[in-house]
Amino acid sequence: MLFTSVDDVSARLAETGYLASPAVATTVFLADRLGKPLLVEGPAGVGKTELAKAVAEVAGAQLVRLQCYEGVDESRALYEWNHAKQLLRISAGRDETWDEARTDIFSEEFLLARPLLTAIRGDEPKVLLIDETDKADVEVEGLLLEVLSDFQVTVPELGTITATSRPFVVLTSNASRELSEALRRRCLFLHIGFPDEALERRIVRLKVPGLDEALAESVVRVVGALREMDLRKVPSVAETIDWARTLLALGADTLDEAVVHDSLGVLLKHQDDVLKATAKLDLDAV
Amino acid sequence: MTAPAAGAADRSASAADQAAGEADRPTGLVGPAGTADPVAGVAERLTGLVGALRSHGVRIGTGETVDAAQALEALGLADRERLREGLAATLLHSTGQRWVFDPVFDMYFPRRVGAPSDSEAPADREDLRSRLAAALAADDQAAIAQLAVEAVDGFGGYGASPGSDGWSSYQTLDRLRPQTLMARVRDSVRAQRGGAGFTDRLLEDEIRRRIEAFRAQVATEARRRVAERRGRDEIARRAVAPTADRVDFLFAGRTQLAELRRVVQPLARKLATRLAARRRRATRGTIDLRRTLRGSLSTGGVPMRPVLRRRRPVRPELVLLCDVSGSVSGFSDFTMLLVQALHDQFSKVRVFAFVNRIDEVTGLLVHGTADPEGLGGRIQAEATLTGWHGSSDYGVALGEFDERYTDAVGPRTTVFVLGDARTNMSDPNLPAVRHLSERARRVYWLNPEQRSQWGTGDSAAPAYAELVEMHECRNARQLGELIARLLPV
Ligand SMILES: Nc1ncnc2c1ncn2[C@@H]1O[C@H](COP(=O)(O)OP(=O)(O)OP(=O)(O)O)[C@@H](O)[C@H]1O
Ligand SMILES: [Mg+2]
Repeated sequence: MLFTSVDDVSARLAETGYLASPAVATTVFLADRLGKPLLVEGPAGVGKTELAKAVAEVAGAQLVRLQCYEGVDESRALYEWNHAKQLLRISAGRDETWDEARTDIFSEEFLLARPLLTAIRGDEPKVLLIDETDKADVEVEGLLLEVLSDFQVTVPELGTITATSRPFVVLTSNASRELSEALRRRCLFLHIGFPDEALERRIVRLKVPGLDEALAESVVRVVGALREMDLRKVPSVAETIDWARTLLALGADTLDEAVVHDSLGVLLKHQDDVLKATAKLDLDAV
Repeated sequence: MTAPAAGAADRSASAADQAAGEADRPTGLVGPAGTADPVAGVAERLTGLVGALRSHGVRIGTGETVDAAQALEALGLADRERLREGLAATLLHSTGQRWVFDPVFDMYFPRRVGAPSDSEAPADREDLRSRLAAALAADDQAAIAQLAVEAVDGFGGYGASPGSDGWSSYQTLDRLRPQTLMARVRDSVRAQRGGAGFTDRLLEDEIRRRIEAFRAQVATEARRRVAERRGRDEIARRAVAPTADRVDFLFAGRTQLAELRRVVQPLARKLATRLAARRRRATRGTIDLRRTLRGSLSTGGVPMRPVLRRRRPVRPELVLLCDVSGSVSGFSDFTMLLVQALHDQFSKVRVFAFVNRIDEVTGLLVHGTADPEGLGGRIQAEATLTGWHGSSDYGVALGEFDERYTDAVGPRTTVFVLGDARTNMSDPNLPAVRHLSERARRVYWLNPEQRSQWGTGDSAAPAYAELVEMHECRNARQLGELIARLLPV
């Protein structure tokens, strides 16, 4: 087990630079305790990926990452035979029967392990990050389900490989597609939303050390106000940090209309959002 | 990890902890001296919580319940918010379930039991309001929560005889009027940190949100008091907001509509499976008696091999006519997205939107799945839906459809009309609907209004219902059931 208590989770994640909300700390603790994969959902830029990295660092574990995308398949996620190498081996043509050659080319030496297989092989502790699961096609979910149920993988030519130590598994999703009920049932569920003001202030001050405390407070309040507006894309923690860095670089020590007006583009990505926010924050005069 | 629940009970006896942890620990689980069996009490509560969640449509299997019990054991009872998160992590599977979960949790693992003790009793209304103003100004969440408890206790009680008495958040808020504290709170914050500065313009909205949060806490507290009186299980089933798929389309708020849009895809997948099953049954066909008997000549007239009459598997055509005026647009948007998600079940789908003019929006919908949230806006912006006024006119719109899009409807077409049939007192144009029903294979009307409202005011529902089959379709759950049953295969 990686953690002794919820407080232990918070404290050790904080050492790596990840500030966990009570919900995050509690759920990470339980995922470790119950040995279940953790499904993390939430808007972009709230630290879902970062969480898995932080857990790996804390655990002194290798981070194995399966980045999902449309079209990712078994040969990218699980394993694949190294055909080129197999061909070379065959054409090197030793004196042997086909059966002998076949046994040889379907051995570990010719196997290209992909993240899911890598994560369950070997004895060192691992954190398996299945990132942006919702981007993968539905068929891949079946594969994940299989691997995450038994933590074993069957390679027909080799036999079944079973994990000797189970990895700590984090799946992330932006919910662009609803994941199947079956996969959800395998996991503990954690929604990471935007942090509350106090936590976001701490994150900003940690990530942007030179920032003055009062300015950090103003930054977080403005971001909070933007999140209440009906925007196409509200700023996330990542944008808060970027904005704070920008303000620091601009040498601004307090906010005023001009500085907010000029740097709003760091927070908002769509032109109509910028226009709407400009009006609502009374920046028109600038 | 040895029996942390018992550990919590031990600790509840320690005076130091009592002072520190009082506000956090869910109470009512152990007697004052730690005499009651805490574990039994907890197990019962967990079962009750799961039962209440299930009755709100949250699907929880035994596996999750076992996980939750383990979570409870691993976390102990010392920190109520951790317990909340731990149970949510094990029992829930999606974000939208959270707003059912939280109020139910508050009821089964309440912050406290009974009334606040005497020392906390509110002196009077003005005193409570001043303390609330101070807490709001300082954004002191612990104090605000405590004041919600006192407020309900002081101002929320009504009735004297058992059975007719209770606790009302409405009455509490009506007497306390927290919204009128705005100016006072704002001025005191300004006095403290100075009114200048860029962020001063954010202040009023921030205070408004704090007041909103206080109101929500009052509601939670009133529910808790009622539950204590009337039995937790009953209240937990009744007084908690329903899951998105049971929310009335007509009353769904912005977040609920967003939540609804997210169930489109899973619902579509489920429906596609059901439709495929129906289609298989339908095409399996009936026994062709004549050919069976002819075939039986070789077996001496004994019909050994039944010959099935195969139906040609022609996929049906679908036409949607959607009222997208303000009152029912939530319903129409959802249904359009759902049908679009099902489009490969049909050889052709055409969608028309109307307010008082009708226009085809099939194209907008095809490209709309990437941005379902913006669908309503795009339809309003790009289609011609209104003529000289902005309110719905079923008669004119249906008449225009009948004239302009004659080719859209034929003997293979099933038509769905979506809308509340409220004609704003204008002519319902029954002949247009009759003509439609004569040309189409079937016409169904899905009405998001409660059946008992049909025909009241300007509703022409009964008149239309005489011509075409009309169904009440108030929420996503009903819609799913209707579509699975009515869609042609
Ligand atoms: N609680 C936190 N503590 C420290 N840093 C955080 C926290 N939350 C977010 N961040 C910072 O925010 C940034 C974005 O985080 P990350 O990339 O993990 O987001 P994400 O949720 O995975 O987003 P996406 O859905 O776009 O992949 C990172 O730079 C991270 O350092
Ligand atoms: Mg990420």
